[in-house]
Amino acid sequence: MNGVMSFFKVTGGLVSLLMETLYWCKAALKNTDKISDQLLVIGYQTLPVGALIALFSGGVLALQAGPTLARLGIEENVGGLVGLSLVKELGPVMASILIAGRVGSAMTAELASMSVYEEIDALKTMDINPVRYLVMPRFIATVLALPVLVIYMDVIGWFGGAVVSAINPEVQLSFSVYYRNLADLVDFTAFCNGLIKAGIFGVIISIVCCYVGLKTKGGPREIGTAVTKAVVLSFVLVLVFDYYVTRILLFFGLD
Amino acid sequence: MDMQESAEKKERGGDSGNGRGMGSVLLGYLKSARVGVSIRGLRKSFGANHVLKGIDLEVSPGETVVILGKSGTGKSVLLRHIIGLEKPDAGMILIGGEDINDPDFKKGHVVSMVFQSSALFNSLTVEENVGLYLKEHKVFDDGKIRNLVSSALEIVGLEGKESIMPSMLSGGMKRRVATARALVMNPDLILFDEPTSGLDPMMTRTVGDLICDLKDKIEITQIVVTHDIDLAFYVADRLAILSEGRIIEYGTPEDIRCCKDYAVQEFITPQFEQPRR
Ligand SMILES: Nc1ncnc2c1ncn2[C@@H]1O[C@H](COP(=O)(O)OP(=O)(O)OP(=O)(O)O)[C@@H](O)[C@H]1O
Ligand SMILES: [Mg+2]
Repeated sequence: MNGVMSFFKVTGGLVSLLMETLYWCKAALKNTDKISDQLLVIGYQTLPVGALIALFSGGVLALQAGPTLARLGIEENVGGLVGLSLVKELGPVMASILIAGRVGSAMTAELASMSVYEEIDALKTMDINPVRYLVMPRFIATVLALPVLVIYMDVIGWFGGAVVSAINPEVQLSFSVYYRNLADLVDFTAFCNGLIKAGIFGVIISIVCCYVGLKTKGGPREIGTAVTKAVVLSFVLVLVFDYYVTRILLFFGLD
Repeated sequence: MDMQESAEKKERGGDSGNGRGMGSVLLGYLKSARVGVSIRGLRKSFGANHVLKGIDLEVSPGETVVILGKSGTGKSVLLRHIIGLEKPDAGMILIGGEDINDPDFKKGHVVSMVFQSSALFNSLTVEENVGLYLKEHKVFDDGKIRNLVSSALEIVGLEGKESIMPSMLSGGMKRRVATARALVMNPDLILFDEPTSGLDPMMTRTVGDLICDLKDKIEITQIVVTHDIDLAFYVADRLAILSEGRIIEYGTPEDIRCCKDYAVQEFITPQFEQPRR
């Protein structure tokens, strides 16, 4: 019973924080400095690791699929397979997990410590809305950054796949064949599909992480618990929503 | 923008300073609307913990009231209600005759608070902390904000510490930055939660003098919570003793000194002059 209550409480809290944040997006243009600060932090924290993850994920896809396709005599399709898997599924999900783990966790920690040490209260006494001042810039920065990170990781992942296909003696696919097949199969709709997902995941991660941070009460111990909770909840929601968003996109023929 | 005009006028003519030649820019800029506070039947419980059990308190405009009470009696909770951070279970609070829950209240009145924990923004420098309110509400341009901030820091004895991060400050210095931050908001009512805990005796005196300056020169209404009996009698126009969730005595320093109530005497007699328990 308690669990059901808190489920509805959290869901309601998330939705109302999302609404309030969307409302405050009207003040985005006046807060470009705060948004660009956040973008800078996100870029700095995710681009190097993102490249590494993407390179190896593209590589392992090619490694798994290449020999099988080669045995069937259709090894030139490795390009399309790696390309599509990354663009539609792996890219958005990997980028989201990276952002939730590196950026979302830091957001929760920062906001939770601000709540615990009365900084949020101090903001309120200064008549500064915490959602406008703290959540909105993080929300906009995450929603903008995630699709960009996805494109970046897609491109690097394709390259990883190309390298592995070229050096794997069972496949030995030239770069030009690999990329021609990739270009044939990865079309604009597939690309949009991934970017829409990325934007939605950005909304989920930033709102979940800010919500959990702002609701934290207690002391240093609770800050740690809040971070774990926010990251786990982000992962779960991203993967659950991934399924439903995919279904909806399929329904609209965006596949 | 009439706030800005009147503030500038005050600044030009405002060479009165605070007697130590410091912070005259800020003291010239401060103006008080002289509001009274009235708290009626305020009750608050946290679960089974009944913290405030019906508080009634009248603070006249321009008056400085000190609230004394044992640790854990709800002094901070009371201040958090006055500034609107907690919602009461029952009762109401009027500031300048207006209910603080009135949607228009914030347009007409500024209340600021120095938190017991200082509550400085850890990711901002001292200067950004003090100037945040002015910057976010676009009250003045950057140059003017800079002036006011450095003047406020001068008043609390922290000139030249603008670019330091809060984590590098001692507890007492943080408290003084928090005081400067509350002052630049140009409040009608200012709440101090233990403004001198963690300060050395000299700095305690400086804060005491600052509270008296604000009272005498600007006539800001102030509510001060403190454990420091000397400070309490030094700054107070009236003292309220809070015990078990109620105000058990409220009066001038003379009244309180003469009060026969055992609980009051126990509290205001210097602890080391009382018989050993
Ligand atoms: N948010 C809260 N939730 C639950 N209980 C609270 C909350 N805030 C305060 N309390 C309780 O209210 C009581 C009064 O707390 P308060 O902080 O006002 O004491 P205080 O008089 O300021 O003490 P001190 O002099 O030590 O600062 C305490 O028993 C505290 O546990
Ligand atoms: Mg307290």
